[in-house]
Amino acid sequence: MQDQETQQTSSGRGSGVPPLVEMRDISISFGGIKAVDHVSVDLYPGEVVGLLGHNGAGKSTLIKVLSGAYQMDHGEILIDGKSVEITNPRDARANNIETIYQTLALADNLDATSNLFLGREMVTPMGLVNDAAMEAECRKIMAQLNPNFQKFNDPVSALSGGQRQSVAIARAVYFNARILIMDEPTAALGPHETQMVADLIHQLKAQGIGIFLIDHDVHAVMDLCDRASVMKNGKLVGTVDIADVTDDDLLSMIILGKQPGQKSE
Amino acid sequence: MRLLGMIGAFVILCIGFNIVTDGRFLTPRNLFNLSIQTVSVAIMACGMVFIIVTRHIDLSVGALLATTSAVMAMTQTELLPNILGMGLNNPATWAITILIGLLAGTLIGAFHGWMVGYLTIPAFIVTLGGFLVWRNVAWYMTSGQTIGPLDSTFLMFGGTNGTLGTTASWMFGLFATAVAIWALWSGRRAKASHGFPVKPVWAESTLAGIIAIAILGYVYIVNSYSIPTRRLERMFEARGETMPEGLVVGYGIPISVLILIIVAVTLTVVARKTRFGRYIFATGGNPDAAELSGINTRLLTVKIFALMGFLCAVSAVVASARLANHSNDIGTLDELRVIAAAVIGGTALSGGIGTIYGAILGALIMQALQSGMAMVGVDAPFQNIVVGSVLVLAVYIDIVYRKRLGAK
Repeated sequence: MQDQETQQTSSGRGSGVPPLVEMRDISISFGGIKAVDHVSVDLYPGEVVGLLGHNGAGKSTLIKVLSGAYQMDHGEILIDGKSVEITNPRDARANNIETIYQTLALADNLDATSNLFLGREMVTPMGLVNDAAMEAECRKIMAQLNPNFQKFNDPVSALSGGQRQSVAIARAVYFNARILIMDEPTAALGPHETQMVADLIHQLKAQGIGIFLIDHDVHAVMDLCDRASVMKNGKLVGTVDIADVTDDDLLSMIILGKQPGQKSE
Repeated sequence: MRLLGMIGAFVILCIGFNIVTDGRFLTPRNLFNLSIQTVSVAIMACGMVFIIVTRHIDLSVGALLATTSAVMAMTQTELLPNILGMGLNNPATWAITILIGLLAGTLIGAFHGWMVGYLTIPAFIVTLGGFLVWRNVAWYMTSGQTIGPLDSTFLMFGGTNGTLGTTASWMFGLFATAVAIWALWSGRRAKASHGFPVKPVWAESTLAGIIAIAILGYVYIVNSYSIPTRRLERMFEARGETMPEGLVVGYGIPISVLILIIVAVTLTVVARKTRFGRYIFATGGNPDAAELSGINTRLLTVKIFALMGFLCAVSAVVASARLANHSNDIGTLDELRVIAAAVIGGTALSGGIGTIYGAILGALIMQALQSGMAMVGVDAPFQNIVVGSVLVLAVYIDIVYRKRLGAK
C-alpha cells in the first residue's frame, strides 16, 4: 500500500532491499480477547516507525512478540526477508533485536555495569565475571550517552529516571542492535532528558539502525518518526508517511480509527 | 557497616554471656563446641541465601537433611556392609556413602526446583509438601529407629571426632590469611589498573587486619582446646602405644568447620564472580528484567534448589557424624533456624539482597544465644521465646537501618 510511494526518505526504503523487519499478519489473544488482530508492520534500516494508539490498543503486545516476551498465535516474522523463529528474549537478542521497555527492565539491586551486561557478562579466562573490565566499558559508553553519569557503584534504584533510561539505552546501543524497540522511552523523563533521547534516536538512525518507537505523544512521533502505524482495538488502522499527514490526521486515526481521506485505498 | 554491626552484636553477646557465666562462655572448649554446633545450620543457611534472594523459600531443608541422613545411614550400615558384602568400616564406605547422599540431596532439590520453576507451583507450597514428605520418607526408611554406629571414617566429618590437629591448623590459618589478603589486593589492583577510585589504603589494611585476627584467633582458640587426657589415653591404647606422661594435644580446626569454610568461600565467589551468581541477584531484584535479558530463570530456579539440596546433604553428613548416629528427629526445626539465620544475616525476603557471610554470622549469633542461655540456666521454653523475639527484633532493626540509608 505505502511502498508504492516514490518519495525517498533517508532510510533504505524504496530502494529494493527487503525490509529489516517485517511482521506479517500477527495475531495474539489472551483468554479469548484478541489483543492483536491480523496486524502487519514493517521497518527499514535507518528508519523510525512510530506505533501509535490508545492504552490497550495492542501496540505494546505487538512489539512484545518481536522482542520475544510473548508468543504469537498466528503470523510470521521476517528479518532481512528471511523467516525467523522468536520464541523467547534470547532468540530476539540473537537476531540483534534490542528492546528498551516502558518499565525499563532493570534489576534495581544491581549497579549500572551489571545491568548493562546482564545476560552477556564479560568473563575472565577462568570463567569468572570480569567486573573491572565491564565497568571500564560501561564508563566508556556512558561517557558518550550521558557524560554527567557518575554513579557507577550504586544500585540503579538510587538513580534518577533519566539516568536509569541512559542505562537502558546504553544496553541496547552497546551490543550493536540493528533493530531497536523503544516503548515510551521518554515517559518518565524531564524536558532536558527527553531532548537527549531525541538526539540519540537521530544518531542511531544515522547509523542505519531501524527503530520502532511506541508512544502516546503525537508530537513526539511527528518529530522523530518517518512513518507511523496506528492501532485501535487490536487492529491496524493504517500506516502513513509522516511527511504526508498532520497532527490532526494522526489524532483522528487514533481516536476514530479512520484513515485520512487522501489515503483511501 | 552492616557487617560491623553484626560482628559487634556477636561480640557483645559473647562478652555478656561470659560475664554472667563467670567466664565459662569464652573458653576454648565452649567456642569449639559453639562452632561445631553451628556448622550444620550455617551450611544450609548459605544455600538459603540464594533461595531467598530469588524470592523463594525452602521449608523442607530440615526434612531433606533427615532424608539424606537416613539414606546415608542405611547405605553405610545396611547396603554396603551387608547387601554388597563390603563389611563394616571398609575404607571405601565413607566415600560411597557421602557420594550417594549428595546425589540424593541434589536430585530431590532439583525436583523441588523443577516444580517451582517449570510447573510454577509456589515454592512455599512445594517445600511445605516436601517438609511432610521427606521427614516421613526418612522415618519410613529407618522404621523410626536410630541407626548406628556409623562408619568410623564417616564420623571424622562431625565434631570432635575429626580435627586437623595443631600444626595443620596453623598452616591452614596462615594459608587462609594469605589468600584473603591476596584476594583483597588483587581486587584493588584490578580497579586501579582501569583507573577507578579505590578505597584508602588504611581502610583496606584495617579490613585485612581484622580478617587476619579473626582467622588466626580462631585457630589459636581451637588449638588451645586440648583433648581430654582420658580420651587421649584411649586413642594411644587403640594404637597399642602408651601415652607419654603429661602430653597435651590440641584439637585444632574441626573438619566440619573446614567444610563450612570451603562452602562459604565457594558460594561467595559464586555469588560475586560468576554469571550464575549475577543472575541469581538479578532475578531477585527484578524477575521480569532478568527474563527479558535472556536469562533462563526457570532453569536457574532448578539449579538453586538443586544446590540447596546438595547443601542439605552436606549438612546431613556433618550433623549425623557429630551425633555419631542417625536419629529419627535429626534436623527437626532446622528449616526455621536456617531461614532465621539467613534473615538475621541481612537477607531480604523481598529478594535481591543477601550475603553468605551474613547468613553464617546469623547462624552463629543464634547458636551463641541458644547455648549461652542454656549455660546461664534459662528454662528451655524461655530460650525459644528469646530466640524468636530476637529474630523479629533483628529484622525490625534492619528495616529501620535501611530506611535511614534511603535504600529500599
